[in-house]
Amino acid sequence: MLEKEKLTSNQHNMLNKTLHISTSPHLKKGVSTNTIMKNVVLALMPAVLFSIYSFGINALLIVLTAVISCVISEHILCYISSKKSTISDWSAVITGVLLGLILPPAFPLWMVFFGGMIAIALGKFVFGGLGNNVFNPALVGRAVLQAAFPVAITTWFPSFSPTRFQEVSSSVLTLPFMEPVFDGISGATPLSAFKFDHVFASNFDLIFGNIPGSTGETSAIFIALGGIYLISRNMMNWRIPFTLLLTVFLFSGILFLINDQLYPPPTFMLFSGGLMLGAFFMASDMVGSPITSLGVIIYSVFIGVLVVIIRVWGGLPEGVMYAILLANALSPQIDKLVKTRVYGTVKEKVKS
Amino acid sequence: MLNFNKNSFKHGIHPPEHKDETNQLPIRQFPFAPVVILPISQHIGAPSEIIVREGMEVSRGQLLAKANGYMSVPLHSPVSGIVRKITNVPTISGKMTQGIFVEAFPFSTQEVLEGSPIDLENSTQEEILKGIQDAGIVGLGGAAFPTHVKLKVPEGKQCEYLIINGIECEPFLTTDHRVMLEQAEDIFMGIRYLIRATQAKKVIIGIEANKQDAADFLISKKPEDLQVEIKVVPVKYPQGAEKMLITSLLGKEVPSGGLPIDVQSVVVNVATTAEIGRLLPHGRGIQERVVTITGPAVKKKGNYLIPIGTPLRYVLEEVGVEENISEVYMGGPMMGVAVSNLDISIVKGTSGIVVFTDKEAKKEETIYPCIKCGACVDACPILLNPSKLGILAKFEAYDEMASNHHLMDCFECGSCSYVCPSNIPLVQYFRLSKTIVRKRKTDKQSA
Repeated sequence: MLEKEKLTSNQHNMLNKTLHISTSPHLKKGVSTNTIMKNVVLALMPAVLFSIYSFGINALLIVLTAVISCVISEHILCYISSKKSTISDWSAVITGVLLGLILPPAFPLWMVFFGGMIAIALGKFVFGGLGNNVFNPALVGRAVLQAAFPVAITTWFPSFSPTRFQEVSSSVLTLPFMEPVFDGISGATPLSAFKFDHVFASNFDLIFGNIPGSTGETSAIFIALGGIYLISRNMMNWRIPFTLLLTVFLFSGILFLINDQLYPPPTFMLFSGGLMLGAFFMASDMVGSPITSLGVIIYSVFIGVLVVIIRVWGGLPEGVMYAILLANALSPQIDKLVKTRVYGTVKEKVKS
Repeated sequence: MLNFNKNSFKHGIHPPEHKDETNQLPIRQFPFAPVVILPISQHIGAPSEIIVREGMEVSRGQLLAKANGYMSVPLHSPVSGIVRKITNVPTISGKMTQGIFVEAFPFSTQEVLEGSPIDLENSTQEEILKGIQDAGIVGLGGAAFPTHVKLKVPEGKQCEYLIINGIECEPFLTTDHRVMLEQAEDIFMGIRYLIRATQAKKVIIGIEANKQDAADFLISKKPEDLQVEIKVVPVKYPQGAEKMLITSLLGKEVPSGGLPIDVQSVVVNVATTAEIGRLLPHGRGIQERVVTITGPAVKKKGNYLIPIGTPLRYVLEEVGVEENISEVYMGGPMMGVAVSNLDISIVKGTSGIVVFTDKEAKKEETIYPCIKCGACVDACPILLNPSKLGILAKFEAYDEMASNHHLMDCFECGSCSYVCPSNIPLVQYFRLSKTIVRKRKTDKQSA
């Protein structure tokens, strides 16, 4: 009896604790935005490691500089606008890594740093930060760099140079605001070789990255590896890379069938340039892509078609960057036009 | 998400079920609390009208308050005892309402008062509906909507399908599961009454695949002469919602803003059906209900037959709670309400009590901006765009939400908030927005 009384008084005390209240649902799936972001960084690691393997210290310095620049810029901008710093959401790190991967391997570091600042400030912050940016920040950074430094951004460095782990290219260490001097410069990337000299690289070289090109764009296989990881963890919409690559393959395949002398084989289109990295890591950026499944497909087909058009008929050898930026600009409109049918209603007429 | 499965509705989520902890435990009678407190508004509609006075002696099953109009149900005494006082009592919503305190006679046999039975064969449709109202029956799944109102087929409409809802998609809850395993006869008797009341041509019992044993049991117990289809559907939240269940079973969609009867269906919860089958043949009123009491902070988890009006504090004292108790929910963890005051009572709509310790309770999480990942769009069973609605809610564009984005079709299942990686309290935004839209509408009408 005494035991029982003790127990109830104990229970009584527990029930006098202040209860916590919150709104339903009281369960949470437990995948948070910063978990997704961290996983994207992780998924980029094979491409980063391969870029260091193929371009040596140059690549390491470029990627690191880009990341540091992006994170610092974000922190400072938050500080200036007296907002809580948002660097802990890891999105600035992604922008940095991506920017590093889409620059040429002999690119001067001070330009990389400048690109990072632009990416965060103009690509993301002016729109209101993560989630509100219209364009992919890394691509904004690169577009500005391309306009500002047209020579540096089209000067390629050979991959697997024997001294890549011993020395840094002098151009990389150019002092700020100085014109870089490029040494040991190789020929063109496969895409420019095709464009201007009509020479195709072999599929094997393209897939395994045995080619010149931007630091992280050369190996299709390592990029795809990271992308497949994200898809398997349900952190990337598989429809985007799938539809985009399929579109490029089909469109360029048709061209190839029409005239195999004039147009490159579809496999070459698929594995060359920035397409793989763009498809898996930039077009698939959740913020810049439409939200509905149908919208996403329209968006991806649009990018795919544009990539082929720019590559085949445009003045530039590569078109992935502009194709994605244009599609980013369109995606809010796509979301507005593609209205899904709500349960229990008949299909709505499109309101523009 | 593509929908390859015909026996299901689109989208939805799969939260962890946690049903194993109680689904093998038989229903047990809960002890009578020294005093039960019966709020007069336990249902949707007009509160019941009190017909007893303080100091009156009442028997178990005796009428305490009568229905106040058509959209109301009466209230019966769950215990034999004495009416101690009639005063304002707290309810789950935070509002105070009148409540009747009945002190149980400690040595009473708690014999139930018999009423006038409702004869199945010779009663008219109207008499059965009246009988259901007189028994004080409301939807026991949680909504507490007066069952007789729901069963009344409007003129010009026909009820083709009577759907018995044995889905119980809320995690942790096993009330309906146990009812199906232990009250099969009552369920089939209830179905007979419901067929008479609605003139339904076809009866389907919908059960989720995680309760296969209940489906098998019901099939084995089904009377020869009763035409009932028992259909097992894949597990998915929120399948227990009427609209979703109709889509899963019939492949039809209830029109936006409409009712199940618009697709010739009436949906009744399985525990409600059992209650009808048990009470009507004796003309009794509802005095107790099955409640799952579970959650990591509960010591003696189980399915209990609890007298209505039992104070929550008494319930938790009896089952025992862990020291690090943090949150108490009435209903399941997806749609249930967090309790701020333990001095409320178990009411007719209480299907479960879930208690979390500070380990499981949601932490104060950083709310990130919406990254347009589309997880909510792929979760919403009504096929809304919660991301867009959430942004509009932040801008307080409530009318835009209602007129262009189907806000009012949201039934607050919480799937969007559950999946949101940015921890945006989407469903809470929508609850607020809906309240504001409704208020503006009534303000306009009265102006």
